[in-house]
Amino acid sequence: MAGDTLTSGEYIKHHLTNLTFGQTSDGSWGVAHSAAEAKAMGFWAINLDTMFWSIILGVAFLYFFKKVADNVTTGVPVGMQNFAEWICEFIDTSVRGSFSAKNDLVAPLSLTIFIWIFLMNLMDLVPVDVIPELSKLLGIHYMKVVSTTDPNATFGMAIGVFVLVLYYTIKIKGIGGFLGELTLQPFSSTNPIIKVLFIPINFVLEFVSLIAKPVSLALRLFGNMYAGEMIFILIAIMYSTGLTLGLFAGVLQLGWAIFHILIITLQAFIFMTLTIVYMEMAHNEH
Amino acid sequence: MNINLTLIGQLLSFVIFVWFTMKYVWGPITGALEERRKGIADGLAAGEKGQQQQELAKERAKEVLKDAKAQAADIVGQAQKRAAEIIDEAKGDARVEGERLIVAARAEIDQEVNRARAHLREKLAALVVSGAGKILKKEINADVNKNIVDSLAKEL
Repeated sequence: MAGDTLTSGEYIKHHLTNLTFGQTSDGSWGVAHSAAEAKAMGFWAINLDTMFWSIILGVAFLYFFKKVADNVTTGVPVGMQNFAEWICEFIDTSVRGSFSAKNDLVAPLSLTIFIWIFLMNLMDLVPVDVIPELSKLLGIHYMKVVSTTDPNATFGMAIGVFVLVLYYTIKIKGIGGFLGELTLQPFSSTNPIIKVLFIPINFVLEFVSLIAKPVSLALRLFGNMYAGEMIFILIAIMYSTGLTLGLFAGVLQLGWAIFHILIITLQAFIFMTLTIVYMEMAHNEH
Repeated sequence: MNINLTLIGQLLSFVIFVWFTMKYVWGPITGALEERRKGIADGLAAGEKGQQQQELAKERAKEVLKDAKAQAADIVGQAQKRAAEIIDEAKGDARVEGERLIVAARAEIDQEVNRARAHLREKLAALVVSGAGKILKKEINADVNKNIVDSLAKEL
């Protein structure tokens, strides 16, 4: 709930500020005390909350699956193994559906993307004030719990996927094939002179579409989660405006949270599916 | 909301997580799935094979049963034949034995008749001698006349 001393604007801003560690303007290293200070730290700063939550969730995911993998039985599966197998089966089906080439990386990559993004998104369902207020008790004043509302996280993953796509494109088709894909289509001609003339036009078009892949991946996830988080924050502001609106806000929050279950799963699924599709495009000639 | 070093940190964590999943998680779980799928397929195939074998065994059992029934009927027939033979043999034996007994009995009867006849002859001789003695009113020495009496008795 909004603190007594905060205005709504400040409350929102507070919730959207990361816990940034970097070099402050006076030259010492430390945690930024305001959004402006965090911005002033420039590139050489790190969002501790984003890193902490994403790594905690990633490790939790890997711990769970590793435990299942260690105790895996080919007989009758029980408990956690059922769940893990269900997820793996689902990922496997998705990969087989869209990816035709042979690559042992794609399925584990998809599994990691899906579960990791899902878990990071899931933090959105924790009421927006719970963890920040708890961390305030520990003396930490900024805490953005949902890592996917930090573009660093989404771009980090998207760039990882993009690098893989470039790597496999060049590995499968060679540098020539890759450059050819960039410059010799969509416009093509049998006349060599016109073909050369088309190269810059093709390059502009194809380069934009190439760059659009990671950017759209990252921004789609970030935008959806950021907007969802923003709505949770706006609903939370209503709690401080009185009993009637507070009750209404409770109903709203419940409704939005239920709807959000769909969004967080869908966004994780979309990120995964597009990754598979991009990998498929990297492996196949057009 | 600033792009900063977090980007690199996230990229690195992502790479490590994907590597870990690929190396330690995906293989064992999908391997187990694959193995189970194979096991189930094998089991189903074995079940079908077992069923076929059962069918075959049923057929065979039917044949064996038929053979056994035929054999049993054969044995019963032979036994009946043998029994009839035994009865016939026994009848033959009995007849022979009966005849033998009849012959023996007849011989014995003849003997008895002869013996009785001899006895009667002696008695009659003695009677005749005593009658003759009475008739002659004279004591006849039995010893002296014994030879005569015996020869008489033989002539009877």
